[in-house]
Amino acid sequence: MTHAAVIRRTSQGTVSRWLAMGLAAAVMAFAGGCKKEEAPKASGEPKAAQQAPAAPSTDPIKVGHFASMTGSEATFGVSTDNGIKLAVEERNAAGGIKGRKVELITYDNQGKPQETVTVVTRLIQQDKVAALLGEVASSRSLAAAPVAQRAGVPMVSPSSTNPSVTQVGDMIFRVCFIDPFQGYVGARFASENLKFTKGAVLYNRAQAYSDGLRKNFNEAFTKMGGTLVAEQAYGDGDNDFSAQLTAIREKNPEFIYVPGYYTEVVNIARQARRLGIKAPLIGGDGWDSEELKNAGDALDGSFFSNHYSHEETRPEVQDFVKKYQAKFGKVPDGLAALGYDAARMLFDAMDRAGSTDGKAVAAALAATKDFPGVTGKISMDAQRNANKGAVMLEIQGGQTKFAGFIPAPTN
Amino acid sequence: MTQFLQTLTDGLTVGALYALIALGYTMVYGILKFINFAHSDVFALGVHLSIVIASILGIKALGDTGTPPWYMGALVLVLAMLACGAIGFLVERLAYKPLRSAPRLNVLITAIGVSLLFQNAGQLPWAFGVSPRAWPTLLPDGELFSIAGVKFRLVHAVVLATAIALMLALQYLIFKTKLGSAMRAVSFNTRTAALMGINVNGIISFTFVVGSMLAAAGGFLYGVYYGGQMKQTADSMWVMLGLKAFVAAVVGGIGNVRGAVLGGIMIGLIEFFGVQYVSDQYRDAYVFAILILVLLFKPEGVFGKATVEKV
Repeated sequence: MTHAAVIRRTSQGTVSRWLAMGLAAAVMAFAGGCKKEEAPKASGEPKAAQQAPAAPSTDPIKVGHFASMTGSEATFGVSTDNGIKLAVEERNAAGGIKGRKVELITYDNQGKPQETVTVVTRLIQQDKVAALLGEVASSRSLAAAPVAQRAGVPMVSPSSTNPSVTQVGDMIFRVCFIDPFQGYVGARFASENLKFTKGAVLYNRAQAYSDGLRKNFNEAFTKMGGTLVAEQAYGDGDNDFSAQLTAIREKNPEFIYVPGYYTEVVNIARQARRLGIKAPLIGGDGWDSEELKNAGDALDGSFFSNHYSHEETRPEVQDFVKKYQAKFGKVPDGLAALGYDAARMLFDAMDRAGSTDGKAVAAALAATKDFPGVTGKISMDAQRNANKGAVMLEIQGGQTKFAGFIPAPTN
Repeated sequence: MTQFLQTLTDGLTVGALYALIALGYTMVYGILKFINFAHSDVFALGVHLSIVIASILGIKALGDTGTPPWYMGALVLVLAMLACGAIGFLVERLAYKPLRSAPRLNVLITAIGVSLLFQNAGQLPWAFGVSPRAWPTLLPDGELFSIAGVKFRLVHAVVLATAIALMLALQYLIFKTKLGSAMRAVSFNTRTAALMGINVNGIISFTFVVGSMLAAAGGFLYGVYYGGQMKQTADSMWVMLGLKAFVAAVVGGIGNVRGAVLGGIMIGLIEFFGVQYVSDQYRDAYVFAILILVLLFKPEGVFGKATVEKV
């Protein structure tokens, strides 16, 4: 069946002699490969042998993951990769996708957009992955998406919340909510739960994520009757926020909305406390990292919106937290949960697609409905976004505590 | 008013950091007439080496409670300065000395090469890696006093006091010691100085060592001042900080030690007031706009004429 598939696929093309020769070589290589793969199956594992008749092919399905395994947002990549690894391991233990094992290839983009394009191209061209998982940061997902779209390889972003990511094309999906909702969540929590009316914003104008979240937050907060008394910005390489914070302190806001990433937030919080600003900071899912502990007590009593809380009592969550802790020895953050969900949703789509062809998998992904994820029920909307509720977490002593749930918009 | 005074305090403190780095640029230029582009990397190394030294000394990373006694911090500073001084010595010996008689452009290109070497070697896993590193707690983060809402903290005092002490020590070294007169002699005329029995190579090495030690001190104080997370050695922020210090040296009159100090403070204040009262969008642009203005109207530097002594 495999051989037939190969021949069918290639013979659609040209009848050039070179191709025919290449085809012959490919078939031979395939035959050799198959024999090798089948040998242990016949002798060993009874479990795999049982499924063998149903399996059309036994070579692994390659899934590529590009992530910031190092760099300024290293915990984003590492957590997501852990979540994905857990999903792959479970899937393979349960027999893989129609008998084919899943092979995960993870490349580090060092947290840089240029490097992202390089590693994604490598995953597509050299490793010939069937699908892509990644990235956390919207700016890096935006760098990767056009490459994936052009090559016709489906890409599922676990946690990029900027709306423009999936607008790149019909091959790009995500399993998280988007910033218009996340901005609204922060605004609603500040105005309804905390009863604040006077806010300030400090954002990174060089980041798609931060700038988008700022706009949506501002809009929602003003609509709820709040006033923004100060809006300040910083750039990508900046490490001194004292001038901006001094200007904010002048206006004496009740809270400061900081839609940035954790590395900056740690330093912003420390500098704010140093200037005597006592107002809590409120942020988005970009804060989600164990490195928040580096802020000392500067972030105690601050809040951020996230995709899930490890304290939720839903069985999906508790099951995941237990498995993750057993494997990695720490409490999974939201990015790990989303990585896990993204991988499982992709495998589910591959199950239904019937082939690993990009178009078929994309169609199956788009048809995802009520998939039971750790971060909530996932259904793809027309823009290939997941429509889910958000949680607010409070930071105390470097740990996060569940502070509130804000349901998904009903429209 | 509070806003103004707070900006003044913060701008002055950061200006003092720029001044420490600017001194290294200016001293090397005064003697060799070339810009040591690897200087900003020695500064970044100073930050990361301080973290490594602190962890070797058993000082826990940030987030853990308890502050070590003050002399541990001083020990970290001294060791980081010695380590960077050694690095400065080696760079001069291995990279620049063989090019002493080569055209100046060759030395300049070599300096850029050394800079790239440091940036990338610093990323290696056995060096400092690519992830941000947490700065250890060396000082209690206390408030010294607060006038009209202006917070003057212990870190401000420590950074300013250390920077001023080091600059005074340098001033003494250059103008009051025999070694200093030898440095000034080499700066005026290398050949004549050699004829007078001055060990020119020794003096050049010494200048590099002192400059690198000041950069290390700048790195240490940068860490003490900001705390939190320190980015990897190849991050563009280090180059930008180095560039601003270089601008400070040019603005003050390159080759002029007092000018470098005043230039550093001026650049720090202009940057902070610009961000505070105009817009943060042009944070780096203010600094470079000043550079352009100075080069156009007073190329010898704002303080270029005031002091003739060069180092």
